[in-house]
Amino acid sequence: MVPSAFDFHRAGSVDEAIELLGRLPDAKLLAGGHSLIPMMKLRLAQPGAVIDIGRIQELSGVCRDGDVVSVGALTRHGEIAASEELRASCPLLAEAAGKIGDPAVRNRGTLGGNIAHADPASDLPAVLIAVGAVVHLAGPEGRRQVAARDFFVDLLTTALDPAEVITRVDFPVAAPGTGQAYLKHEHPASGYAVVGAAASVTLSGGRCTAASLAFNGISAVPHAADEVVSGLVGGTLDDASLASVSSLLSVRDPLGDVHASGEYRVELARVYGRRALASARDRASG
Amino acid sequence: MSYHVQLEVNGRRHEREVEPRMLLVHFLREELGLTGTNVGCETSLCGACTVLVDGAAVKSCTQLAVQADGASITTIEGLATNGELHALQQAFWDLHGLQCGYCTPGMILAAADLLERNPDPDDGEIREALKGNVCRCTGYHNIVRAVRRAAEGGAA
Ligand SMILES: Cc1cc2nc3c(=O)[nH]c(=O)nc-3n(C[C@H](O)[C@H](O)[C@H](O)COP(=O)(O)OP(=O)(O)OC[C@H]3O[C@@H](n4cnc5c(N)ncnc54)[C@H](O)[C@@H]3O)c2cc1C
Ligand code: FES
Ligand code: FES
Repeated sequence: MVPSAFDFHRAGSVDEAIELLGRLPDAKLLAGGHSLIPMMKLRLAQPGAVIDIGRIQELSGVCRDGDVVSVGALTRHGEIAASEELRASCPLLAEAAGKIGDPAVRNRGTLGGNIAHADPASDLPAVLIAVGAVVHLAGPEGRRQVAARDFFVDLLTTALDPAEVITRVDFPVAAPGTGQAYLKHEHPASGYAVVGAAASVTLSGGRCTAASLAFNGISAVPHAADEVVSGLVGGTLDDASLASVSSLLSVRDPLGDVHASGEYRVELARVYGRRALASARDRASG
Repeated sequence: MSYHVQLEVNGRRHEREVEPRMLLVHFLREELGLTGTNVGCETSLCGACTVLVDGAAVKSCTQLAVQADGASITTIEGLATNGELHALQQAFWDLHGLQCGYCTPGMILAAADLLERNPDPDDGEIREALKGNVCRCTGYHNIVRAVRRAAEGGAA
């Protein structure tokens, strides 16, 4: 299986990538290639030109500045999972990245490629939503920022314009007293998420001051489960209250396929959501 | 369109003009004649094509040769030194970590990546590291034992 023929260009900088995107019709950016190359081999994607951004230094790395930790679009899943900085300041992201695919996939796949591809079975999109990350884009008109909730638009569709490049994602540093957890029910063959639950809770004096929960796998865009967590603030997050709120999960158009029906995924999500919140709580108090 | 690539494979430099769509695995097998790297699923799932690119395990069916331009690559042919098997190869041999051998080059290179990062893995860590490598024959137990034996012998 080989992709159909294309012209190959290597961009040395973000500006050059934007210039090439503007000049070449029908061009695709190539980062880690772990979504694009499989699609090209299956001829589900047949770009006329491929622009390799894989060597642009400025797009890679983790950098903390005060309350925000910035992760370059080219940072690989394996680097994210192993980053001491992220394990401390955004443990949800590090944990989810460490559960992607297998080590060889994590050696190549990147944050930017993962969210640009916007596969509902991916692990990182719900993480961005649960922590309120901000996606930074650069294009011919300049630079702009999009909140994670506005970034994912539909199945495999994002707010990214075809002329734009994702440069980095900014994650808020977890506040003191915060615990986070990513739990995944993975497809046994592909490793992708049938359901992935991303939870973050903050406790102060034994009471919840903030809680968020988002899901991969159950809908076309990651589901922000505000209906589940909105009643948790002020409470103690005991098991009984988590069990009762998790049943509130409500998904308008649950995604179903040959592996798992929509109803089954939502049922699984209720269980994984409860467990992810409980685990986040234990990490927050522990 | 063809593209000039220059890479080092098992310590030897190679230069070629390749079509951009050529996959790294085909470059290794067809351009360089290094057929130790196998093609299994062709869909990034089986790990038979795993090689080390700049030290990191990569599925060479999911990387273009042009992406590896300038890189240093290790395939199964490059592991033995002066005719002496690498500790992982020896342990797979001694402990029957293979039957048909189709998955073995990929298994060994994925294991080499693990031992580089974690010289003393437990069985769970070995299984986790080999998650992307499928074996249709052995049932995996002897593979895990072989990797542990190689670690004990200081393979990394
Ligand atoms: C066997 C296998 C198992 C996997 N399992 C999982 C899993 O369990 N969980 C999971 O989340 N993912 C999984 N993946 C997908 C993996 O995480 C991909 O690496 C990721 O989705 C895409 O990242 P990439 O860097 O490889 O992007 P590429 O494949 O290079 O690109 C993907 C898309 O994003 C665009 N793009 C890339 N970078 C940018 C950028 N900076 N700006 C704008 N557009 C950009 C490209 O043009 C392309 O359209 C798996 C992949 C494989 C092959
Ligand atoms: S042939 Fe590359 S992963 Fe199967
Ligand atoms: S030994 Fe036959 S596939 Fe592993």
